[in-house]
Amino acid sequence: MANVLHIVVCAGIVPDPLQTLEPVTGPAGPGLKNEMVLPAVLDPWAASALYEAAALAAKNPGSKLWLVSLGPKAKLQQVMMTVAQKIAFELVPIDGPIGGFPDAHSTAAVLAETIAALPGLDKAKLLLFGGWESATRGAGVTLQLVGERLGIIDQFQGVDQIDLRDDGSFEVLERVEGGKHQVSVCAGTPAVLGWATGNLAEPRNNPQTGMANMRTIMPALQKAKPTTLAPNGLRYVSVALPKQQRTTRVVKDLTPDEIAAELVEWIGAE
Amino acid sequence: MSVETTPADSPAPEFERQTMEVDIACAGFGPAMGGFLTTLTREWSEHPEDPAFESKVAPGMPLQVLCYERADDIAAGVSGVVTRAQGIRSSFPHLNPAEIPMAVEVKRERVLYLLDPIGASRRSLTLRAADAVLHTAGRLFGLKDHAFELPWTPAFLHKHGGLVLSIGQFNQWVGSQLMATGLVQIWPGTPVSAPIFSEATSKDDPAEEAVLGLRLADQGVDRTGAPAGGFMAGMDVRALLTVVGDGPVGAVGQAIDKRLGLPPGHAHREWALGMKMVIELPPIESDQDSTLEPGTVWHTFGYPEPEIFGFLYVHPERLVSVGIFVPSWMGDPLRTAYRYLQHYIQHPALWRYLKDGTLRSWGAKSLEESGKRGEPFLAGDGFARIGEGSGSTNMLTGSGVDEAWTTGTQLAEAVVELLRAGKPFTRKNLSATYEARRRASWVERGAREAENARNGFHGGPRGSSMVKGMIGMALAGLTGGRFSFQAHIPPPHKQIALRAPSFSRSLRKGWDTSSQTAEGLQLKQAVDLAIADGRPLHDALLTARGWPEIPFDGRLLVTQQDALLIGGKVQAIPGFADHVVFLNKQLCIACVEKTCIAMCSGQALTLGDGGVPAFEREKCVHCGACLWNCAQSPDGEHSNIDFRAGSGGLHSAEN
Repeated sequence: MANVLHIVVCAGIVPDPLQTLEPVTGPAGPGLKNEMVLPAVLDPWAASALYEAAALAAKNPGSKLWLVSLGPKAKLQQVMMTVAQKIAFELVPIDGPIGGFPDAHSTAAVLAETIAALPGLDKAKLLLFGGWESATRGAGVTLQLVGERLGIIDQFQGVDQIDLRDDGSFEVLERVEGGKHQVSVCAGTPAVLGWATGNLAEPRNNPQTGMANMRTIMPALQKAKPTTLAPNGLRYVSVALPKQQRTTRVVKDLTPDEIAAELVEWIGAE
Repeated sequence: MSVETTPADSPAPEFERQTMEVDIACAGFGPAMGGFLTTLTREWSEHPEDPAFESKVAPGMPLQVLCYERADDIAAGVSGVVTRAQGIRSSFPHLNPAEIPMAVEVKRERVLYLLDPIGASRRSLTLRAADAVLHTAGRLFGLKDHAFELPWTPAFLHKHGGLVLSIGQFNQWVGSQLMATGLVQIWPGTPVSAPIFSEATSKDDPAEEAVLGLRLADQGVDRTGAPAGGFMAGMDVRALLTVVGDGPVGAVGQAIDKRLGLPPGHAHREWALGMKMVIELPPIESDQDSTLEPGTVWHTFGYPEPEIFGFLYVHPERLVSVGIFVPSWMGDPLRTAYRYLQHYIQHPALWRYLKDGTLRSWGAKSLEESGKRGEPFLAGDGFARIGEGSGSTNMLTGSGVDEAWTTGTQLAEAVVELLRAGKPFTRKNLSATYEARRRASWVERGAREAENARNGFHGGPRGSSMVKGMIGMALAGLTGGRFSFQAHIPPPHKQIALRAPSFSRSLRKGWDTSSQTAEGLQLKQAVDLAIADGRPLHDALLTARGWPEIPFDGRLLVTQQDALLIGGKVQAIPGFADHVVFLNKQLCIACVEKTCIAMCSGQALTLGDGGVPAFEREKCVHCGACLWNCAQSPDGEHSNIDFRAGSGGLHSAEN
């Protein structure tokens, strides 16, 4: 028996990690050089959550899927030109600052307020999805804070799989140490699920889906109200990009066994 | 209805396809489409109540304008350019370059003749003699770092008041403004496979020329295009007007050229591969005797080969774009742009500044250098051509972006005129509006002046053709195109071996490595090196010719594969068919030159089993060099390689 779900995915946009990213500190605090003109993508972890949400909604007819995203609306629109081709959803844009440096509490407050005000949302049917981590910064707390503000007690992080049962309960696989999963069974919605990578491939671009989405996305973007986030006294002491590790050697005439042995040794040393 | 596809191993199967109706469908988002959409949306924004901007296909809705771009982001354009920006500034009269990352006004221009400090360059005896004179009387001629700065350059080469740009950043800047209007949709990551033609009842039927829209590429297919897991047939986007701006090697433009042919006397016979790096300069040392000021522009010639032109453009923030152009008239089957680019940046005149720099980005693209002589039919029933693929590039001034932009603005003005007049997008109406505007503009005047400007480069031995070519350009430029050399320009496949150097003659003799001649010994040495190192033969041949090995430093001097990864950030979305297809495999097997492999910018082409090159889609940067670096031709004019619509490619936003 299908369950009618109201799935809300919180997904920010982040600078395309493939581009050259240069941290800079300006009057407003840390940021990335030319961030507004860097190509952006949907935060990869949140994107996994979105694809899982779409698959879940498709399996449960009558379900609804919202995508709540905070960022500059011009940038949001650019990202949506790709994301909107993949799956059907209703965009709830919040026109706010770019980047991952605003205070997580302020961000969570705005997101929670927006979600609580979604027309037609039944909180009893709510599954709040998002990324376990973020490509912008690894704090990974915003989704939990949103859940707490919405009064959702059942929270799961590092989720790779959800199996919904006929009675409305569901089983969740969460990542734990050692490459294993913790299996939990939740009595039912509402719940918060912070996704790791999930198991689904990125859906293909379907221009028809994109066009259908755009009929609601464009008006939503045009109506998105500017939002400012309270700094809450947050101050960054230092900001740095992870160092790229690259140790290339040119070695000839090594057998596959020798290469494998060296790789095992290298992995063991890490 | 029919869709133009190029024959391959088997005919493309027909599937039931989704169909969508729009008013205007656009193929490709580059400077030309930027100019078109900017001009259209500006007029529309200023007159939002104008009924001209109501959709004809969806009454009650605003005009439906969709643009499809192959690259997975609108910022993935390739080209660091210097442009007079005449057309761009017309569209943005208050343009502040500081708003566009990597943009700056042109401050200083130099033209340098680069001597060969290594002695491996394929110089003619005449050129070598001239070089010797320059060396001997170096102080007198102001020779420095093996470079001679021309004391005077003609005005037609100047870009004073223009802009140094990164096209990736410029496209992003333009695209952001367009999308902020909410009036048009630009869909990246969506390759267009072909135009949709109306069914023709006979060859003479004018309806044959009508374009009804665009067909998007199939997804979820295997390498040959056959349905595989997750198959999704490409949608048919039917449009009242199809705007073709997919560049010189775009699938839509190629299909229209194939279907309609080119105007009499026109052909796509002159090409070049532009390959470049974006380099972050090292910190300024206190004892450094000079620095590169943002807005500095260098044009170079003479090195690494006499036929190869080069450039250095200085952006703000200590970034420079450095690159070379390898032309089709370089009669050498072993031409290989990446290796030459590495030697180029190490020339003492450049290395003085670039040494200890860091590679930030890298890219390559084909340039359609036929200009006016390659101009296709600019308009037909239901379609119009803009940009480089429409033959707008001016090869005398070395300018293409500004011209492309302007052709887009001209089409937009014409479209608005026709919409307001309630006239359909027929060939007659588009000719009377778009083509008429273009013919009366500076773009056309420039194209006519440039039409024969580069004739001097064709014919004659290497080195001397470079000198004759430079004289020819000066002649045409200084006389407004009234005087120029005459030349017969053969198809690209014939240019490869036209002035074949010693190596290719040796190759043609049948890989005679037993020869005791110097050439034979060098060839044997190259073959041994290629076998021992597993490296491509053309690379080994350059080494055998005397070009030193590249001292890789892992930062700026990196392997070609690292340039793809670190610089180009090359991506390929799975589920698309191979877009490089070898039409007649027997011709490939018989081909000795295999120049497609030598010139492949991404090393996506390698020697495959049985002599047919193997293609790896994941490495392709979609430069299209293989299309015109094919030494074989099934019909005497066109290449044996079919370059189709594909997904992915360069992903860097800094090119």
